[in-house]
Amino acid sequence: MTMIDTDTSGVPARILKSPMHWRNAKHQSHWRSGDEEFDAAKFGMWLFLSTEVLLFAGIFCGYAVFRMLYPEAWANGSHSLDWRMGAANTAILLFSSWTAANAVRLCQLDKQFWFKINILITILCAIAFVAIKFTFEYGIKLPEGKAPGTFFSYPYATDPHEPLWWSLYYIGTGIHAFHVIIGAFLFAFVLWRAHRYQAYGPTQYTLVENSALYWHIVDLIWIFLFPLLYLIH
Amino acid sequence: MSTLEANAGHHHDEGSYFDGPPGMMARIWQWSTTVDHKKIGVMYLVAVLFMFFLGGMAAIGVRYELLDPIRTQTTEFVNAAGDIETVTVTTGESLKELMGGMFGEGVSGSQIYNRVFTLHGAIMVFMFIIPAIPAALGNFLLPIMLGAKDVAFPRLNLLSWYIYVVGCLFGVLSILLGGVDTGWTFYTPYSTTTDADHWRVVLMVMAAFILGFSSILTGLNFVVTVHKLRAPGMGWFDMPLMIWALYATAIIQVLATPVVGITLLLLIFERVMHIGIFDPSLGGDPVLYQHFFWFYSHPVVYVMILPGMGIISEVIAVNARKHIFGYRAIAFSSLGIAGVSFLVWGHHIFTAMGELAAILFSGLTFLVAIPTAIKMFNWVATLYKGSIVINTAMTYGLMFLFTFSIGGLTGLPLATLATDLHLHDSYYVVAHFHYTMMGGTVIAFMAGLHHWWPKMFGKMYSEKGAMLGAALVFIGFNLTFFTQFFLGTQGMPRRYANYVDEFQTLHQISSAGSLILLVGFLVHLFVFVQSLLSGDKAPANPWGGLTLEWETESPPIEHNFHKEPILKHGPYDFETTVPPHWDPKDYPLPENAGKH
Repeated sequence: MTMIDTDTSGVPARILKSPMHWRNAKHQSHWRSGDEEFDAAKFGMWLFLSTEVLLFAGIFCGYAVFRMLYPEAWANGSHSLDWRMGAANTAILLFSSWTAANAVRLCQLDKQFWFKINILITILCAIAFVAIKFTFEYGIKLPEGKAPGTFFSYPYATDPHEPLWWSLYYIGTGIHAFHVIIGAFLFAFVLWRAHRYQAYGPTQYTLVENSALYWHIVDLIWIFLFPLLYLIH
Repeated sequence: MSTLEANAGHHHDEGSYFDGPPGMMARIWQWSTTVDHKKIGVMYLVAVLFMFFLGGMAAIGVRYELLDPIRTQTTEFVNAAGDIETVTVTTGESLKELMGGMFGEGVSGSQIYNRVFTLHGAIMVFMFIIPAIPAALGNFLLPIMLGAKDVAFPRLNLLSWYIYVVGCLFGVLSILLGGVDTGWTFYTPYSTTTDADHWRVVLMVMAAFILGFSSILTGLNFVVTVHKLRAPGMGWFDMPLMIWALYATAIIQVLATPVVGITLLLLIFERVMHIGIFDPSLGGDPVLYQHFFWFYSHPVVYVMILPGMGIISEVIAVNARKHIFGYRAIAFSSLGIAGVSFLVWGHHIFTAMGELAAILFSGLTFLVAIPTAIKMFNWVATLYKGSIVINTAMTYGLMFLFTFSIGGLTGLPLATLATDLHLHDSYYVVAHFHYTMMGGTVIAFMAGLHHWWPKMFGKMYSEKGAMLGAALVFIGFNLTFFTQFFLGTQGMPRRYANYVDEFQTLHQISSAGSLILLVGFLVHLFVFVQSLLSGDKAPANPWGGLTLEWETESPPIEHNFHKEPILKHGPYDFETTVPPHWDPKDYPLPENAGKH
């Protein structure tokens, strides 16, 4: 492995000598090189992302079937969502995807401070996304009775199939929000290790890159959920 | 010098993977934290064999109940006082009499029967047959056959095992709480309404959901391993066919399992929160559940059979001492089956779709027969003019050709719309399914277990005892299930504890067969235990195989090979290669071996 010539003058010896530091990281013994290990981890991540797409495919398929069967219920349901909240969350996720990509690049360049700042912004975006979702969307809709399935008690519904819309809305966005939370924890783990050991750098950034990949798919799924739920007529 | 010796003594490379630190607790700790694919494979083997035992006991329960039909008869008669009195008599509740207490008060014999066949199906499908070959034998063999030290992600591999165990615990917990009666397919609306005040069904669905994660992670691991960790010199077409089969299996596991994941999740929401997606009273559609479910569960029957076909390719080529016929055809037919498997789910629900869709699915289903038949003919052609050695593994291999042919060919009338109308949901389907899954996968699993047992545990087993077991399994299996083809064509529906008197003889023959089957497996168990306790030490290459696992010791050392193996011959070049570790005493070689 080639050593990258970067400035280490400001780094305390305790961190530089830690086996967790990116310069000291060794690939696992069953790989011929760290590069092969990195390629494999990334390939594995892409496979995992394909399973995520297929998981959400079930929800999109259910959405398509019932939208075709009950277009009125779908239109009514969509109209009672606040598109501004959806748009705000879209902007937040897109921005956080940019900071996640930034983090990978900054990590490759060994700019530890800005790398950590970008990870931190990504985590804050995730928290903002979930907060908006829970307080300004679920928190307002649920008390009105716009709840899934048999919990539905909104008195002014005009279509008998609106409960079904809300079921799919809560399950689709709920499972997505769950993924956002997992992503936030993933980045928090990366941030902690980066802060504690400087564990990631130009030759060792597998987890950073894979977390960012995961974050992009979470973003991408929202890019589909947003228009399908908020912007239909 | 002394340091060198000390190093050698402590070096991991020297000992077999079975060696461990002294002391019971230390060994348990070592095994439960291991990332060695061989240990994980053995742990899977122990776990799936235990689940096989549980599922098998449920199967014996099913056959025991069917010795007698459950009958409820109401008769009226005039009693001594001159009033008309009605008396209801229920007969034939064998399971209830045997173990009714386990299921609580007030549960009828038919309900107990429903639970027992559901347990049989759910355990066998989700906890035994899906992980049996890929996760147990596959984990052990895949890296060694590729010439690698381990799978791509060893820690993920251990995590898969733990997820599997947690899934099984959920399933077992559900059984201990009284079991579920939904059938292993969990069809809505029954599965969302039955047993409504209890968590048993949710637990069982959760079990299947969790097991799905384990399956995905194993599949993902295998795909990456095959792509990235082949030995130097091993191109895609130098891989053993077992690897091709495991690769195709892994692709299906990765692509199909997430769909059942979301389906089961929706089912849990449906049952717990009544979200209505599968509930017609809220505008939902129960048939949607069936589409989702079979979109996974049809491809997954190829997860069950493809690795079995991989085993058969190895066992037949090695024991015929002949280059496998049509290597590429077999490899591509594995991928072909994996591809077609995603297009045929509709044949489980012909009656729930339009005519055109049914015709399309029927046509696509026939496509499956082509790659399957390609494999079958290639195996038979491999046997032709081979120097066939009959040992237990080969016996099971030949048995597979026989029983799986029956299983495959009896599938065709089920794919045909007109005949399926008559046969669907009958015992014919039960028999067909068991001829493919038991006559296919389990028989292949037994072939593989006997073929690689010396490699896995470093001990030989009693060939005579194993052959006796194989004979009993063959007789028992055919007695049990061939009769069911007749029952089915005559109109015996599946999942009923009651039947007309005309069926009783066939049912009793079938039940007798299942007992012989049980004895056969117990003989195998005995042979294996005896092998572990007092078997002869296995040579490195007892059968003369050419794939890389035979290059290393039996059992393999911890890192599989002393140095990274370099491929010098193909996996089936029996005519031109002297097998590694060959001893002339063991078996003769074909004439030209080693003279290329």
